[in-house]
Amino acid sequence: MIASLNARALLLSAVLLAVLLGIWEAASPQQKLGSELTEYEILMGGAEPKAAVPPPSAVFVKAWEELSNPFYDAGPNDKGIGIQIGYSLYRVLSGYFLAAAIAIPAGFLIGMSPLMYRALDPFIQILRPISPLAWMPLALFVIQDSQASAIFVIFICSIWPMLINTAFGVAGVRKDWVNVARTHELGTLKTAWIVILPAAAPTILTGMRISIGIAWLVIVAAEMLVGGTGIGYYVWNEWNNLDLTSVIFSILMIGLVGMLLDTAFAYCARLVQYQE
Amino acid sequence: MPTPFLSVQGLSKRFPGPKGSDPLTVFENVNLGIEKGEFVCIIGHSGCGKSTILNILAGLDEPTDGAVIMNGKEVSGPSLDRGIVFQNYSLLPWLSALKNVTFAVQARHRNWTKKQVHDHSVKYLEMVGLTGGAELRKPSQLSGGMRQRVSIARAFAIQPELLLLDEPFGALDALTRGSIQDELIRIWAGSDQTVFMITHDVDEAILLADRILLMTNGPYARVAESVQVDIERPRVRADIIHHPDYYDIRNHLVEFLAKRSRELAGKRDEDGVSEPNVIRFGLNGPVANKSNKGAGETPARARVVNGAD
Repeated sequence: MIASLNARALLLSAVLLAVLLGIWEAASPQQKLGSELTEYEILMGGAEPKAAVPPPSAVFVKAWEELSNPFYDAGPNDKGIGIQIGYSLYRVLSGYFLAAAIAIPAGFLIGMSPLMYRALDPFIQILRPISPLAWMPLALFVIQDSQASAIFVIFICSIWPMLINTAFGVAGVRKDWVNVARTHELGTLKTAWIVILPAAAPTILTGMRISIGIAWLVIVAAEMLVGGTGIGYYVWNEWNNLDLTSVIFSILMIGLVGMLLDTAFAYCARLVQYQE
Repeated sequence: MPTPFLSVQGLSKRFPGPKGSDPLTVFENVNLGIEKGEFVCIIGHSGCGKSTILNILAGLDEPTDGAVIMNGKEVSGPSLDRGIVFQNYSLLPWLSALKNVTFAVQARHRNWTKKQVHDHSVKYLEMVGLTGGAELRKPSQLSGGMRQRVSIARAFAIQPELLLLDEPFGALDALTRGSIQDELIRIWAGSDQTVFMITHDVDEAILLADRILLMTNGPYARVAESVQVDIERPRVRADIIHHPDYYDIRNHLVEFLAKRSRELAGKRDEDGVSEPNVIRFGLNGPVANKSNKGAGETPARARVVNGAD
């Protein structure tokens, strides 16, 4: 009997993971013992273990250590991974929802009014391609607070996909459905609420999903710059500590949280999806 | 002559042509009247502007010239007094069949309670046979016929003064079309609803209509004839084909569509007052139209026409 496609895919994923981890483990150089060092190496300080990419087993040990006590706080440079991710999520979500609160109503306005669309288009086209980190110096100067600046950078990078998708979704609502609203004498607000919002919701949610992905990409870089707390700072701090095991562990955590965020938004998108 | 319930006066629609050239006139100087409770069908080839006329009646489109007067008031913009059923159903796909009706009823009766709205909507969905859970499905989970039934229920549920049907059965197979036609005629018979309907189907028009308007081909299309269908109601599909007038009417309509719609096309009216010629068939009763002088001598079942032919 042939197992279902999902089961076979899962099996293949597991095999691939095992093979890759095996190669990685095998490729990691074993640390030489002190007794095997040549005299020259001892003279050159070679008694210190040579820095190398740690094997997966070491990463697992580290992950177990960190994840079994994720919320400890032992001073500014030694906080649990849970606390660091918590800070990052707080910044991402506050910047993101601030952006949504502006982008979605503005997108409605642009989508419903051809005049506003044309008037605002040049601004959007110029502002959109700017790397969010390029705003950082200006934000630091104007806001004078590194935490708020990081939130601002998230805000500015997540606003565009939401704004553009909302405008696109609203402008593209089928004329038939708008006519249904018109023939039933629905006012502008009711039309927006009963017809346009549900009709454009899948497109808007797509924009929101793109935005959250970008925001999570950008927060790591932003936190490397502003420092203090957060997963981005944690990566950079562990690099400064030359703790590559922690660096690899935190990279994996960044991927994991990003995936969870995306899955959550994909789920929301399914809720508003409709079939014509 | 008293103004009819709905009066279309000198309606024209022109689209600006490519720069420098003359504008494209789709139809011109369309005059017609519809009485309260009348069921009127309009037939014409594609492109003659019947959908544009319907959209103007609905208030969704604007005429270049002329006016539509309903109940003594000029039509401007869409209104709940004019319900529409489109060929593509125009249901909101994210709402269940029931919700598609309740939102319309709610819009019509803003002061009704939830229960009143619900009961009223369910009543109309029952009339078109959507019961037993089918009303809770989304349009995508319903067949084309079922969707059009929901659309018809929605239009009747708001009890508009004028019901506009834009080829409502155009996308349905013949069997489904037949059963929904029967339902439509049954619901209409139990109301005093005025209906204006576009169709391409000659048999459908004879089954449903009190009067059939015939449009010439565009450009410069116009309503050339108004054929009276005096077959008594209630009409049953299987029986009316044996009615002595049935094939006379049918042949007349087919002949118009096949030949005269083209012959009359593109001719502008010189006199400018183009009331459609009234045409009647019938064995029984007076066949003459008031303005027709020779009515007395007209033999039964002949075509009787008022005005110049």
